[in-house]
Formats: sequence, C-alpha cells, structure tokens
Amino acid sequence: MQTQNNGEILPSGNAFDHVRIARHPERPYAWDFIERLFVNFIELHGDRRFADDPAVICGFAKYKKWEIFVIGQQKGRDTKQRRLRNFGMSKPEGYRKAIRAMKHAEKFGRPIVCLIDTPGAYPGIDAEERGQAEAIAHSLFSMATLSVPIISVIIGEGGSGGALAIGVGDAVLMFENSIYSVISPEGCAAILWKNSAEAPRASESLRLTAGDLLELKIIDGIISEPVGGAHTSFDEAAKAFDGALEKALGDALELTPVERLRLRYNKLRSFGFENSGGLMW
Amino acid sequence: MSERRHMSWFKKKNQRIESVPAEERRVKTEGVFEKCPECDAALYKRELEESLHVCPHCGHHFRIGARLRLAILYDEGKYEELDAEVTSNDPLDFVDTQPYKERLEQARRRTGLPEAVINGRGLVGGHLVMASAMDFSFLGGSMGCAVGEKITRNIERAIRARASVVIVSQSGGARMQEGTLSLMQMAKISAALAFLDRARLPYISVITDPTTGGVTASFAMLGDLNIAEPKALIGFAGPRVIEQTIRQKLPKDFQTSEFLLEHGMLDAVVDRRELRDWIVRALDFMYNPEVHFQPLKPELPLGNGAGTLPEALLGSQDEKPEEKSEAEPEVKS
Ligand SMILES: [Zn+2]
Repeated sequence: MQTQNNGEILPSGNAFDHVRIARHPERPYAWDFIERLFVNFIELHGDRRFADDPAVICGFAKYKKWEIFVIGQQKGRDTKQRRLRNFGMSKPEGYRKAIRAMKHAEKFGRPIVCLIDTPGAYPGIDAEERGQAEAIAHSLFSMATLSVPIISVIIGEGGSGGALAIGVGDAVLMFENSIYSVISPEGCAAILWKNSAEAPRASESLRLTAGDLLELKIIDGIISEPVGGAHTSFDEAAKAFDGALEKALGDALELTPVERLRLRYNKLRSFGFENSGGLMW
Repeated sequence: MSERRHMSWFKKKNQRIESVPAEERRVKTEGVFEKCPECDAALYKRELEESLHVCPHCGHHFRIGARLRLAILYDEGKYEELDAEVTSNDPLDFVDTQPYKERLEQARRRTGLPEAVINGRGLVGGHLVMASAMDFSFLGGSMGCAVGEKITRNIERAIRARASVVIVSQSGGARMQEGTLSLMQMAKISAALAFLDRARLPYISVITDPTTGGVTASFAMLGDLNIAEPKALIGFAGPRVIEQTIRQKLPKDFQTSEFLLEHGMLDAVVDRRELRDWIVRALDFMYNPEVHFQPLKPELPLGNGAGTLPEALLGSQDEKPEEKSEAEPEVKS
C-alpha cells in the first residue's frame, strides 16, 4: 500500500489492495460513523410508496452547531444483519426513501450528508418491477437542483449507479481505501478479459482508487485512514472523517444556494470535457 | 400513420439518397431478402425499408442505426448533424485484451459513426427539436464521456433555443473503458435535464432495444414522456446478472417494453410506424409558447443564503418573466 504524502495518496499503489480493504468485513459501516460523529440521531423510515429499505438509513442529527440530515448505505456485520441490509444493496424503495429525505431536508433548509457504501443497486426481479432504474435516475435528477448543501462521502464501496444515486454533491470525498467504480472489477474482468480472476488487472485499468479519482477531479478530497485501513481503528477513522466533514460542510455553507447550484452543475459539466461550454453561466 | 402517408415520406427521403451513410446503403445491396427472426417470413429488403424495418407480418422491430432513426424522426428526413467532432479521447489510456483506442478506431470504421450517439437539429412536425439517437452497433451503444457530452450539449442547446428534446436510447450502459468518468455522465445528463425541466421544455425519451444499465438509470427514465418500441429489452440490471444473483429463471416477458408498461414505468409502447406521428402529437400538446418559466420556489433562509434563484438558472437570460406577467396578467377576476 502506498502511504500518505501531504494528505494525498500517490496513485501508484496496488489498486486491488484498496478493493480488498474497501470490502473488508470489519470495515466501519455507516452506523459506526453515525454513532461516533453525530448526536441525537433519529432514524426515519419508509418511502411512503411501498416499503422501508433497511439497506439505506435516513435520519436527522446534530453535528457540531448544525442540524443535518444523514443518508447512509448500510451493510450488515453478521449473517442476520447482512440479510436484513441486503448486503448494502438498495432496492428502489431505498432510493425513493432517500429522495423523500432530501426533499424534507431542503424544505427545512438543512444540509445533507450522504455516506456511500454499496456493492451496487440490487439486481433482482422485484427491484426491476418497481423501477430500480427510475428510482436512481430520479435521485440524480433531484440532487442537481437541491438548494441545500450536499456532502457525499464514499466510506467503503462506491458500486456504480447504486452509489452515484446518492453521490452528487457540493463536495464528494473518499476514504483513502474506498473505491468508486462504474462496474465491479470482477464484472469488468468477466466481460473484457472473459475471466473474473483478472479482477486485479481490471482494478488497475478502471482507475477506481481515491488517488486516481482525485487526479481525475471526480472527487474533491481524500480522508486518511489509520495504517492498514479504517478497520484497524474506527475511532481514528471517525476522527479523520470529522475534520474533513466539518471543513467541507463549512465551505458549502459559505456559498449562497445559487452559487452552490452553479458550482455543482459546472463540476458535473466538466467530467470528461473540461471548459466545454456550460449551461448559462 | 396511414400507408399512403408512409409511402410519400419515403419518396421524399429517396431524393436525398446521397446523404444516406454507407452503413445504411449497404443494406440495400446485400441481397434482396431478409428473414424475420420472429416469424421466419422472407421479406423483400425494399418492403422492409418501406415499413421502417418492422416486419409487415408479425410486427417484429429490427434494430436500426442512429442516422436512420433521426431521418425517420425529422420532417422530410432532414436534419443537421451536430457535435460530430466530439469523440472519445480515451481519458484513462485503457487497455484490456486490446487497447481501447483500437476498439474505438474499429468501431468508427465498421459503423461509419463518430461515436455511439448522433446529435441532430431540425423540425419535427414543425417544432424545433434537438434529438440525440444512440447506436448499439458502436461499442454496444455504451456511454462514455463523449456520449455524455454530446447529449448534454443538445439539452443545453434546447434550453437556449427554447426547443424540445428527444433522446432515442439504445445502449448497454456506461462504457467500462472510461471508468468512473463514464459513470459521472449519468449525473451530468440528469442535471442538464433537471434544468430543462425548470425551463418547462418538453423531453420525450424513446427507449429502443436494448437499453440497460446507466442509460436506463439516468436519462432514459427521465422523460416528461417515456415511450418504448414494442418488445424492446429495457432494464437496470442485465437479465444474466439477475439470473446469477437470484439463481432462478426469469419470468416470461421480463424486462420487455410491455413488462415496463404494465409496471407503470412507461407512458406508452408505440409501434415504430406510428412513432413519428405520436411524437408530433405529444409535442403539439407539450410545446406551449405561452409557458416560459417554472415559477421559482422561494430560496431557503440559510443564513447567508437568502434570496431567490436567478432567472439564469431557468432559461435564456434575455427573457424577463416578471415583465411578461405584468404585461399579460394571467387571470382577471
Ligand atoms: Zn415477422
């Protein structure tokens, strides 16, 4: 593993090491950070349309001097929890709950913090029947014009559209060993190399580490982890998170809503083609 | 659409045969018959073209390319192709069993297309429409940065010109070879559509076979109207991925247009031969010159964040909605 260097990770580290650490069964999950960082967290359930999705936690809390809304993708620690949380794979009702939560936060002018940790949106018959694609699309659509600050933090696995669905923000941060990818390395290897055992090579090619994504300007910052990974000390990981979050939230709150929306759009606009026009600013 | 009108449209189109690209011209010379994979009927190529590549016997929709798609959509088959210079620049230097640059080069040669989407500007039923049509024959219609950029440009162009948007989807999803940058195109296009929505301009999403992954989970599902051709495969996860995950057989007709219609995800399933008329009718309804701006929600009192969103967020800056409402009071009581 490449260690830290002035707060930035050199992108030359072995990408598949990051993948393994990001998926480590002892890694801190959303709940672990909610417990350590926020006070008076009250969970809210349900999408008001079909069900409550335990793979997504929504609720409000106090963070320092701010009232904030927290949306977190939650994996399960033991077998029972994993089944309950569906391994962190949201169904449409999970994204619809998140959209409802975001509108709620916006209505009352409270910032939103999203904790991303999912292998991907759930691929299943029921999810397709209820419009998994529509739920994700609607979330992306909604986040683009939400007037309150949104800070999105990838704490573990940023699995494709299922992660991006709550990943549009004024600041997008990644933990040092988290990953963010368009497809799982195994899935990519199976398609392009016709062999999922080529996942380590695919991991390198996909440029999915925090260092890579900072270099590509897809994310705005990296949260350092204790040596060996966040699972070695939840408290240390939470402390680093705390510092980064306070700064990102403070910065986003400095801006007017209009400035935030402009910057949020222009950042999305620059992905792949920098300085290529823009909308009307 | 009546048969007669159909024929007249094709006569008009044949006058500009020179501008039909090589890929489509080839169809005309490669033998006289094509077999329908659904009903086994041997179809005259000529007959198939006249029915817009729909089997006249069983209604099977053959897959068609992006440029033919635009020609079918636009009035008299005429449109201006835009943004052809926007092509992938291989941002990750991606190499798998073959360099991505080579794959791109091959795709360009084989299809005669610059990218997996073609942008057009022209009239549809007299309405100014910015249309983007995807093409599955170009790397599975996959969405990389260039595809995202082209579609976004066409949406922004529509906002500036107060035009309507039609996007024809046909894609396996985000393009793996551009990694997370491809993923970001979902957010980028969705954000542009959110502003199009605020500007109260029409967007019709036309979903064709096949459309899956990140394309379905972004702009394909965000139309003011979402419509699909019959029996198209449409889904978020591909059927094989789902089968592997749940380890059971998928129900019949799962992830077809008809399945999505039944589950409330589509406004209509429309036969290709009726599609243009359907879109014209919908644009007649949606494009209302009296409507300019979505009234703004008052900005939230976030300490230093008070104020209202500027008009600039919602449309072209020359428009002054306040003045308009003074000049033309909406309701007199
Ligand atoms: Zn047939």
